[in-house]
Amino acid sequence: MGRPGGVLGGRVALALDPGLLAELATSRPVALVSGTNGKSTTTAMLAAAVAVRSRPAWNRTGANMADGALAALLDHPDADSAVLEIDEGYLPGVIAQTRPAYVVLLNMSRDQLDRVGEVHSVVRRIRTALAASPRTTVIANAGDPLVVAAAQAAEHRIWVAPPRTWRHDGVTCLLCGGHIDPVATTWGCAECALREPSATWTVTEDGQLLGPDGYRRTLELRLPGAANLVNASFAVAAATAYGVAPDRAVDAVAGLDEIAGRYRSFPRPDGETRLLLAKNPAGWSETLAVIEASPSAVVIAVNSREADGRDPSWLWDVPFERLRGRRVMASGDRAADLAVRLAYAEVDHEVEPDPVMAARMLGGRVDVAADYTAFLGVRARLARAAAEDRTSPRADGTG
Amino acid sequence: MPTESAVRIASVSPDLLGTYGDKGNAEVLRQRLRWRGRTAEIVTVTGAVPTGCDIYVLGGGEDSAQVLAAQRAARPPGLRGAVERGAVVLAVCAGLQILGERFAGPDGHDHAGLGVLDLTTTRRVRRAVGEVVATPLVPELAGTPLTGFENHGGATRLGPTARPLARVESGVGNGCGQGTEGVVAGRVVGTYLHGPVLARNPALADLLLEWAVGEPLPPLQVPAVEQLRERRLRPRRRLPRLNRSTP
Repeated sequence: MGRPGGVLGGRVALALDPGLLAELATSRPVALVSGTNGKSTTTAMLAAAVAVRSRPAWNRTGANMADGALAALLDHPDADSAVLEIDEGYLPGVIAQTRPAYVVLLNMSRDQLDRVGEVHSVVRRIRTALAASPRTTVIANAGDPLVVAAAQAAEHRIWVAPPRTWRHDGVTCLLCGGHIDPVATTWGCAECALREPSATWTVTEDGQLLGPDGYRRTLELRLPGAANLVNASFAVAAATAYGVAPDRAVDAVAGLDEIAGRYRSFPRPDGETRLLLAKNPAGWSETLAVIEASPSAVVIAVNSREADGRDPSWLWDVPFERLRGRRVMASGDRAADLAVRLAYAEVDHEVEPDPVMAARMLGGRVDVAADYTAFLGVRARLARAAAEDRTSPRADGTG
Repeated sequence: MPTESAVRIASVSPDLLGTYGDKGNAEVLRQRLRWRGRTAEIVTVTGAVPTGCDIYVLGGGEDSAQVLAAQRAARPPGLRGAVERGAVVLAVCAGLQILGERFAGPDGHDHAGLGVLDLTTTRRVRRAVGEVVATPLVPELAGTPLTGFENHGGATRLGPTARPLARVESGVGNGCGQGTEGVVAGRVVGTYLHGPVLARNPALADLLLEWAVGEPLPPLQVPAVEQLRERRLRPRRRLPRLNRSTP
């Protein structure tokens, strides 16, 4: 928070002039990226793609409320466009203020219940905001019934379909309250007319991206996991709408190897530590899939500070059973709750609340999968240590 | 000696009542039986509720999902039929609310509950969110405080034939100014505690299991659970800061 501008500067500026966000946005095409999972990654990808033909401002620190958006714009006075990650709760207000050219809606599922309001009320407000912003083009997830209900209120829609094997959990219809079952084919509400729209862009489990006018490309990303293939597809779809040639958008996205520390590997004398972030059950399933693809030992670090959700009951919605047979350490402020979860899941583990210490104790290749504040803590310590190593390598090779 | 049949644990409507990790309660029950050498299986119920299970577990959920869950569970013979047959029920949060006479829905209107429990639920002005410690009022649980995390907008008032599960020491509980948490009626236990409640409170888990199998169970030590309870029940104090000089 010591940077000029930054979230604090944004907050001060908004307090002095509430219309400032609107003012700064009028001169530049703005793309907002929102959804429960994938915001930061998709924002970084879209910014990289859009940078092919403009100089975008973007909130790379992930400060995604209204003041973070403003801070990004203030920090980049020479930018001629903006790509902003926006928390779902703040999206309606930021849509109203910035009248964005594009809004990307990735997915809507439960985040932490004690942090945000119920999902339906959040989605309803987004729907209302889109209805009131007729010049906005929405790039939205055709496979997600809540996203579709919100996005249908927009005048211009570009639908992106995730892989067929990705099914939503089963939701209550936003429009009529009927139940929508998870199905392998196209979904539809049993009680009303809401159903899956046909998509302009489609991506398969193995990264085949299909777009308009017969566009076809195999995505080969440096970022792991199927979720990143889907995030990339949204970024390419939005960048194409913005005017970037799809192949150039794909190339820009494929070049990214970390997103603000996520997936970043930090070398150790006896191996390396890879950092992974997961903030809710859907994110954890994806993180487990990334872990399963490598033979690493695993540290799971769980905090429950305000930003994480104060209660870790969600641990029981995560299939930690998938970690059986691996070397696992339970870590973070809520290591004790995690240990109970792992015990009942019959996953052998040890407990060490300090995740950096836990990684060192495991040795070799280690994946540290952490929730939000635990992730920030580990990233800060490992990044600082890496910076210190660069400036003054230790004589004994430790660190 | 005849082989005991598998204990069947019904996880009721986790697709609707599953926003808070409460399906973990079914996991805890199953494992605590398996670790004692008994067979147990979890039956996931997403349609009408079958009457042939031994224990039924309902969790918490969002308002609109709760209304649907109540409709499902009301389809005869349903949960009522199971309770009349003597089944054991654990109902958490929204699950507890739908078992009552009526509950407040998302539209502000009252919805009929299943009428299994003598209680009604209305809307609180402020959500009750936070850690709870409660002293059980059920003799079988004497001496073992209940711990959990509550997060509910509902206030549940118990009628004359419903006994509270526990007395609140810290937190809100049922939220009608009676200082009580949860409810017990026969073999039906309702609570506002998440955690999940049975992960945090093994004595309650074992009480439900003993009701279901009809005999006492040998003790079971799960060290991680004891360590967690010790942390959750210790008086609050500032935790030491991480040593920042550790690379």
